[in-house]
Amino acid sequence: MKNAVGREIPDYLLTGGREVYQGKNHMDGREFTKAAPTVKRYEAPRETKLASSIREALEQCGAKSGMTFSFHHHLRDGDYVMNLVMAEAVAMGLTDLTIAASSTGAAHDPIAQYIKDGIVVGLQTSGIRGKMGEVVSQGYLKTPAILRSHGGRPRAIEAGEVHIDIAFVAAPTADKMGNCKGWGGKSDCGSMGYAMTDAKYADKVVVITDCLVDYPNMPASVEAIDVDAVVVVDEIGNPKKIASAAARMTQNPRDLMMAEDCARVMEATPYFKDGFSFQTGVGGPSLAVNRFLENRMVEKGIKMGFAIGGITTPMVELLKKGLVGKVIDVQDFDLGAVESIGRTPGHCEMSASQYANPANKGAFVNQLDFVILAALEVDTDFNVNVLTGSDGVLRGAPGGHPDTAAGSKCCIIVTPLVRGRMATVCEKVVTVTTPGDCVDVVVTDYGIAVNPLRQDIIGWLDAAGIKHVTIESLKEKAYSMVGRPEELQWEDKVVAVMEARDGTILDVVRQIKPYSFD
Amino acid sequence: MIPRPKPERFRLRRTMMFMNAQKPGLIKDAYIYGADSIMLDLEDAVAENQKDAARFSLYHALTTIDYGDTEVIVRINGLDTPHWREDIRVCVAGGADGIRIAKCESAQDVKTVEAATLAAEKEFGVEEGRTLLMAALESPKGILNAYEICTASDRLFGVAISGGDYRKCMQVGVVPGGIEMLAARGQMLIAARAAGVQCFDTVFTNLDDAEGFEAEVRQNKEMGFDGKSLINPKQIPVVHRIFAPTQKEIAAAEKIVRAMRENAEKGVGVFTVDGKMIDVAFLPGAERTIKLAKASGIYEGDL
Amino acid sequence: MGTSTKGKKRRKKGCVEMKLTKPAVAGTLESSDAQVTVEPGPEGIELSIQSSVLNQYGKQIRATVLETLERLEITAAKVAVVDKGALDCTLKARVECAVFRGCGQSDSNIPWGGAVK
Repeated sequence: MKNAVGREIPDYLLTGGREVYQGKNHMDGREFTKAAPTVKRYEAPRETKLASSIREALEQCGAKSGMTFSFHHHLRDGDYVMNLVMAEAVAMGLTDLTIAASSTGAAHDPIAQYIKDGIVVGLQTSGIRGKMGEVVSQGYLKTPAILRSHGGRPRAIEAGEVHIDIAFVAAPTADKMGNCKGWGGKSDCGSMGYAMTDAKYADKVVVITDCLVDYPNMPASVEAIDVDAVVVVDEIGNPKKIASAAARMTQNPRDLMMAEDCARVMEATPYFKDGFSFQTGVGGPSLAVNRFLENRMVEKGIKMGFAIGGITTPMVELLKKGLVGKVIDVQDFDLGAVESIGRTPGHCEMSASQYANPANKGAFVNQLDFVILAALEVDTDFNVNVLTGSDGVLRGAPGGHPDTAAGSKCCIIVTPLVRGRMATVCEKVVTVTTPGDCVDVVVTDYGIAVNPLRQDIIGWLDAAGIKHVTIESLKEKAYSMVGRPEELQWEDKVVAVMEARDGTILDVVRQIKPYSFD
Repeated sequence: MIPRPKPERFRLRRTMMFMNAQKPGLIKDAYIYGADSIMLDLEDAVAENQKDAARFSLYHALTTIDYGDTEVIVRINGLDTPHWREDIRVCVAGGADGIRIAKCESAQDVKTVEAATLAAEKEFGVEEGRTLLMAALESPKGILNAYEICTASDRLFGVAISGGDYRKCMQVGVVPGGIEMLAARGQMLIAARAAGVQCFDTVFTNLDDAEGFEAEVRQNKEMGFDGKSLINPKQIPVVHRIFAPTQKEIAAAEKIVRAMRENAEKGVGVFTVDGKMIDVAFLPGAERTIKLAKASGIYEGDL
Repeated sequence: MGTSTKGKKRRKKGCVEMKLTKPAVAGTLESSDAQVTVEPGPEGIELSIQSSVLNQYGKQIRATVLETLERLEITAAKVAVVDKGALDCTLKARVECAVFRGCGQSDSNIPWGGAVK
């Protein structure tokens, strides 16, 4: 069945009431019943929940084959916890396991082997890269991977579409009863926003820490009342890879030029007024928008009401200068942000559901005026791909992209027109990860294009004297430089399903055929 | 092959940006930053054992990339190297708008390049005289011979000073305020104006010193330079902003141009505008101001 | 390795006499570039291509390399291309430079607009 972004979704995936994507806010107003976990009462007071090892915690929690384990990715490329837990599960002889992670990355290459061996048979995540992406694209995972946005994931958990048997929480600090925080230890990650929903909806919760602190570790991000076991390990991650030193502001003139254009577009809209709200990604040009915004805010004598999202040092600095009211943080991308959360007044933590879930009673993304996002590809229908490479292999993360694009009043995609020989603006993206009806403006180094759905924005840019062109002309310019690409060659087998944030199916990724010159 | 319009000897050249001709990622679209001219570099930016490779890259860049209105100049290797003859052949064959002669010290140097350029134009069937020249003065001798260099060829549109080598010869470093370059800049400017060609200042290499750069560009404008050589695209908007005429200058220029047109119809050659005597000698300056205002994106009139 | 006897005879535009006499390489492994290696071969073109954009541009890359070799009248060579997303104009430039280097003739009197175009 064809969906609203023109993608053919195989009927066999549309079981159990599953629908295809039908447009932005299609599910608005629908009622549903939340799922509930089966939990054990700890009525009799006990001294500690400390388990001597991951193995003991797994046994206590009744780990068995066929279960779903959840993980969160605040430790990013420095994460050790998923590998430690999965190695132990494999050693116990468990099989038919499903991993439900808020994201996966280069740190999780060892999981690829478990997928090849048929031990891990299911994968639900907001991001997939490296070897895991390769083996899934090669068709080794028994069931199609399910890719969800950061808001779609808590939605699916709360709706019971994902039932977590055991949630593993990687905690920079924890006490013996399981109160956890993202700072104060030796492997700080800052916000623990993605772990919060997991802890509330999993049957069992295991906290893994490398810094046990005195009880009570308050205020806690994950609370002891939800925790079954606490395990102390040598290291939960490599702090150097968790957060890079302050994300260096790009000096790349191309990035700076595009960043300034983003700021000019923002300034041209009526949303750019005192109290506006903002989110930006961590890519070079996206991050650099902060710098150009600061000047314009000062010139105009206005302040930002709040900023949300994954947080970096430049936003913390704006907060400290009093140019931002509140910074609401689901994840930290660099040391400056990690060190600020919980210390700088106004820098607060939020859960993934608060951040971006479309099925609660109003997430932060719904109050966004602007979001600046990157893209691997944008097509002439403004659909964005941030998941599959030009070779069709999984190597990206929808993350909060679809949620912020849908929730914000003005979603700006910023990307160079070509990367090497890859046309970023193209005829049809390989995979639709954010639907075009949520994308308003595309800023490239060769010009700005506005989605024709947004005649209001077109009017504002014209009034401000900001030149813009059609998305088709950008595509043609790109192809004139790099040549028209060949169509990718796919097998029939679906290796991944890209779920829209509302739970409908936006696109599927099929197994890639080995390239042939014939 | 992308057809390029015939090069214009005297055009706006506020910003002339260097680009390594050997870096495919850079030269593919060097024009997007809005420099008036780009200078693809075969000289210092290219290692000695990659001169051949750079020429192949340059040739295909020149013939396949649509640089639009951006002028494309190529800096060739010095006349004391084995490379310059082939450099000139590739520039002409590829259809570069102009050639920048490195380390030019005399009128003879210009004539040598001019002869090789003419030979290449004949060899490759390019319109004779199409390829423009500019000379980089990099030594005290070059500065002393500025006037003979400026008048050495009808192809020559201007001269540029190259501060790095010049300072070395003079045994000085970079001095804020530019006292160490004052005499050379002045001498070159006087020679260029006397010869009726353009004059460009040297690069500013400390990219982290935004204030120093602005100060130097202001001084360039006040001294009468036509433009500046640049090493980074982020310098472009700064130069364009500083070189832009003020609204007052634009208004005055408009008045002169309009009055000139009206009076010309009436056959009057000398008249007054706002109490000042104006004749035809004021026209080129006024027209240059309007052109600059248009290029700077600040002209709203209808001239 | 033997050297060519015909050596430095001045070539006329569009009329090249090219003989590969030694292995040669041109280009880098930087993004947007390609590294091309040529070696004299007994007969035919033995071409290997690695590319970061193989799935979308493999055929175009092959066609560009083969056309360029044909224009240079190279009929027997082992050619290896490691492409990092180079545009066609860069690919051509790298193939040509490698070939001219392999013929010991890359420094002067290149047939611009003739065999090189």
